[in-house]
Amino acid sequence: MTDAEQQDQGPHPAQHWFDDDAGPVVRPYAMTRGRTSAATRHRLDLIAVVVPEPAADDPGRDQTLSPEHVEIVERCSDTPQSIAELAAGLDLPVGVVRVLVGDLVEDELVHVTRPVPPAELPDVSILREVINGLRAL
Amino acid sequence: MAFGRSSRKKPLVEPVTLKILVAGGFGVGKTTLVGAVSEIRPLRTEEILSEAGRPVDDLHGVENKSTTTVAMDFGRITLRDDLVLYLFGTPGQDRFWFLWDELAQGALGAVVLADTRRLEESFAAIDYFERRGIPFTVAVNCFEGAQRFPAESVRGALDLDPEVELLMCDARDRESVKNVLVAVVEHALVLADRPAAPVPT
Repeated sequence: MTDAEQQDQGPHPAQHWFDDDAGPVVRPYAMTRGRTSAATRHRLDLIAVVVPEPAADDPGRDQTLSPEHVEIVERCSDTPQSIAELAAGLDLPVGVVRVLVGDLVEDELVHVTRPVPPAELPDVSILREVINGLRAL
Repeated sequence: MAFGRSSRKKPLVEPVTLKILVAGGFGVGKTTLVGAVSEIRPLRTEEILSEAGRPVDDLHGVENKSTTTVAMDFGRITLRDDLVLYLFGTPGQDRFWFLWDELAQGALGAVVLADTRRLEESFAAIDYFERRGIPFTVAVNCFEGAQRFPAESVRGALDLDPEVELLMCDARDRESVKNVLVAVVEHALVLADRPAAPVPT
């Protein structure tokens, strides 16, 4: 019976580290070299928009960037995109995208718009514009 | 390293971005509602959380697992070049309420999507938005075949404040969802116009 109980707990304990759940948890953060928080002062909001700086067009500026960094800049070069859109487009967790965008901000290759500050409602005139915009859809 | 294949000719538009949350029980139609008005197919983004120690997380069988992956579906409505509204479906299960804090930060308002067959699944969302003073509207998704109740009895069952609007809607219908979103923003407008301190009733 002892054998059977052990079987219940998992016949191959060593493989527990390699189950389906382990994959997506470990690999994306390899792109951030294990970092889980960005160097930027503010936690980047899901709807913060990433805007490339003119310096991002400058060739040979930074050799330390990963392909993911480059892809973020390229995705934003025509139309700036939000953190959430980048995460969905790159199929990466939001946390990973935050770190990568944080690197780009530090390198002054992009800047990030700050959405309405928490605990503050947007301006009344903006709300009116949203209502009109929705009605006109 | 060269970015972009052409040099930039005109300055990029930096849009003002706003978000509205769509909350409600699992399977109530949140993603359908987002999809009905979004100009993009609802996208899914994942957040890896290391909050496994939360008491409500049932980790039976995965005791070594220290992270949880939570998926959020969202859509986008470009109202103008420089004004973009995002809709975020909150994770369906109550146990991910702690994620809402981040989602709710800076949110313009919220829709609580309710199903009259399972009204109790809306309670958590209503409580949450009431407590944080986030303007919200309750939209009852009128599923085909579901019994319809008068709005007043649904209001009573949900114990809604008189100022909270309750609408019947069809989460698949663009016009219907537009009306719900307009109601949310109008409610936010009323609150924004009001003096800061809430008047006790």
